Amino acid sequence: MKAILRSRLTPLIALALIMALVPMIAPTSFHLRVAALVWIFSLAALGLTILMGYAGQVSLGHAGFLGIGAYAVAIGPARLGLDPLLCIVLGAALSGVIAWLVGRPILKLKGYYLAIATLGFGVIVALILHSETELTGGPDGMSVSRITLFGWRVTGALNWYWVSAGALLIGALIALNIAASPTGRALRALHDSEVAAAGAGIDVSAKKLAAFVVAAVYAAVAGGLLAAMNGLITPEAASFSHSVELVAMVIIGGLGSVFGTVLGAAFLVVLPQTLTAFQEYEQAVLGLLIMVFMIFLPQGIVPSLRALIEERLP
Amino acid sequence: MTSKTPLLDVNGIGISFGGLRAVDEVSFKVGAGEVFSIIGPNGAGKTTLFNLVTGIYRPSRGSVRLDGADITAVPPHRRVSRGMARTFQNLQIFFRMTAVENVMVGCALSERTSFLADMLGLPSVFRQNRVTREKALALLDRVGLADLADAPAGALPYGALKRLEIARALAADPKILLLDEPAAGCNAVETEAIDHLIAEIAKAGVAVVLIEHDMKLVMKISDRVLVLAQGRPLAEGPPRAVRENPQVIAAYLGDIGSREADRAHG
Repeated sequence: MKAILRSRLTPLIALALIMALVPMIAPTSFHLRVAALVWIFSLAALGLTILMGYAGQVSLGHAGFLGIGAYAVAIGPARLGLDPLLCIVLGAALSGVIAWLVGRPILKLKGYYLAIATLGFGVIVALILHSETELTGGPDGMSVSRITLFGWRVTGALNWYWVSAGALLIGALIALNIAASPTGRALRALHDSEVAAAGAGIDVSAKKLAAFVVAAVYAAVAGGLLAAMNGLITPEAASFSHSVELVAMVIIGGLGSVFGTVLGAAFLVVLPQTLTAFQEYEQAVLGLLIMVFMIFLPQGIVPSLRALIEERLP
Repeated sequence: MTSKTPLLDVNGIGISFGGLRAVDEVSFKVGAGEVFSIIGPNGAGKTTLFNLVTGIYRPSRGSVRLDGADITAVPPHRRVSRGMARTFQNLQIFFRMTAVENVMVGCALSERTSFLADMLGLPSVFRQNRVTREKALALLDRVGLADLADAPAGALPYGALKRLEIARALAADPKILLLDEPAAGCNAVETEAIDHLIAEIAKAGVAVVLIEHDMKLVMKISDRVLVLAQGRPLAEGPPRAVRENPQVIAAYLGDIGSREADRAHG
């Protein structure tokens, strides 16, 4: 039992099973859309799981990378006549390059200082998306053309459900692979002690930068999918509140846990939909629920539950 | 005493913090298989000297040569691949990892997988993991922690953590190992184990530079001892000579020190 709980593939198989089950029980296409949103935000948050959960480096501006990916898919086809699918790839690459350029100077900072620097980055991206009206359509955003996947035009909730689920599975597999590799060990090591990691010959700045770039690519791909699924994108995608939501997903699910990240994303995507009954108190109830969760499961959902189960096992 | 070509050659090294010369004009050489100890009262600059030698601090004066090459400007993580490994006075353990994972991190330099292979989870990564784990387990066995391999490092007792740090440092296959108070806070039995371990490491041809407060341990296992006082070298030589050096006893050891010296005699 313990071996199952610790196996690298367990979260992946659990995730695939849930993905297969949801369409069978989802009553309407609205529910499928919400589920697809969960997969997409999980993907964005998974990058942060690598950056924050493994390497212990915070980013409060990660929605900025999501915005870059989203607008690449909007701007590329509309202004440059590029293929939308190609634009997801280009957006991810652009996001990675920007992360590399931004990360080199700011990853030297630690803790609160890094948080503020990344926050600044996110604010700048949101500002540019807001004000470069000719390119981005300004605060009203812009529409996004449909994606064609090898001749198949992706439309409809169910199709988007499977595309986003597939993307998340790939993202989860890569995140789990990293965790079980020398790179993952190096990231977890520098999380605990940078000086000791350097003492083991690990190039701490290079590893941090790699994690930052990977996290940015995850967010950009998620942003591209989000834009293409919604058919519309606004600068709101890159907003500070989105950045905070991504961080909250990672922490609520359990820092460093891939499956936990998906649960955290589900929590923060699904709950607001079900709390509409509270009307104007919706946000307050959501905030309260987050507080209750963190008080009773302080390590996040998955690590706290795992510890509980392992305690009861012989 | 083995004094072939010096493996480590520290020449006139010094650093100032806000006008205070924390370490000043310190020179010493250490050869392969030699145990070289640095002693001195608290605040004498021993750990600062370590940080200068290992590259955590950039010296304002002087140079460090390893195996003949000037490494004064080489950053800490690149010194490891040149054969220099260290432990830390205030434990620097990866507390959220298991004991064996801590040592596996120490093997990082011998690992040959690319970042891309790691992301894709290629078979080579898992082969590498197995090789690294084997090596780490062997090292844990060497420091007497084989039973605790899969325990979270955070759950290990203090003495075990001290040895875990040594195992992690050895994982880099160093030519020179710098140990910052490996026996601090350890009981007599644990100190004895570390004593044996250091002797074994030196016997295998590794140069050991040791900072230690336990005079008995220092006098027993050192080939040569450097006494530091207020950042400057006071005396250097074989343990017996240093111990009996009246200048050392009077100027540095003082009252408490001479009692410690007596204890070392007995």
